[in-house]
Amino acid sequence: MLLTRRAEFSASHVCAHPSLTPEQNRELYGPAANPNGHGHNYVLEVTLAGDPDPATGMIFDLQRLKEIINSAIIEPMDHRFLNYEVPPFDKIVPTAENVAAEIWRRLEPSFHGSSARLQNVRLYETEDLYVDFAGADR
Amino acid sequence: MTRLTRRYRFAASHRLDSPQFSAGKNRELYGKCNNPFGHGHDYVLEVSVVGPINARFGQVVNIGALDQLVHCRILSDFEHRYLNVDVPEFRTLVPTSENILRVIENRLLESWPREWPRLEAIHLRETARNSFELKAS
Repeated sequence: MLLTRRAEFSASHVCAHPSLTPEQNRELYGPAANPNGHGHNYVLEVTLAGDPDPATGMIFDLQRLKEIINSAIIEPMDHRFLNYEVPPFDKIVPTAENVAAEIWRRLEPSFHGSSARLQNVRLYETEDLYVDFAGADR
Repeated sequence: MTRLTRRYRFAASHRLDSPQFSAGKNRELYGKCNNPFGHGHDYVLEVSVVGPINARFGQVVNIGALDQLVHCRILSDFEHRYLNVDVPEFRTLVPTSENILRVIENRLLESWPREWPRLEAIHLRETARNSFELKAS
């Protein structure tokens, strides 16, 4: 059975690679390459998979899930400039793909040892663009 | 593998009417959608691409290039058109959402650059209550 919890954070970023010229970055990343940055209201959907515990009837404690998402993702990323304030985006480009993969890396260990496992991270950068990441090996 | 989905919109009209059936059968089969003058929808199209994230540039696909392909092959022909008349494929094919998805898939695959990651699925929302998904072949 799957359980999905949604959370939001607002952050700014620049998508540009230091090895490229401004023109090449503009070509590759479009308006997201603006050197001064711009922001999004990111919407995150975290999906867990597991069997409901026979006693509690729950896959995972929703309150605990909320706390994990808040401490691992929302607190460090909300109202931040990702490139300057949230590693590893000082070294890698904070595209929606890379942000989704980083969110997976930060969340996944929290479910070790529980009966639920992280199934999918969906990150909406805008209403019209989203990325699903389900682990580097899948 | 990472899946990137981009959402597009187009407003179009259509009429569901098959030459294989009588007028009565068409009315019975397609109901209001058989109205002889047609009717329209604000369609929402989602295009999903699946592949590895490019290690250096952090992308599954260049979004600007994907937008350009979808605009050029789909939106420029579908947006604010009467599908039955203005889009050649639907002169001989009933423009149900299922068939619209097939036509969109054919058009995208015809122009899909070989070096791009795989087209994974296309999803079409005809109304808030009806949506359809085609896993790309």
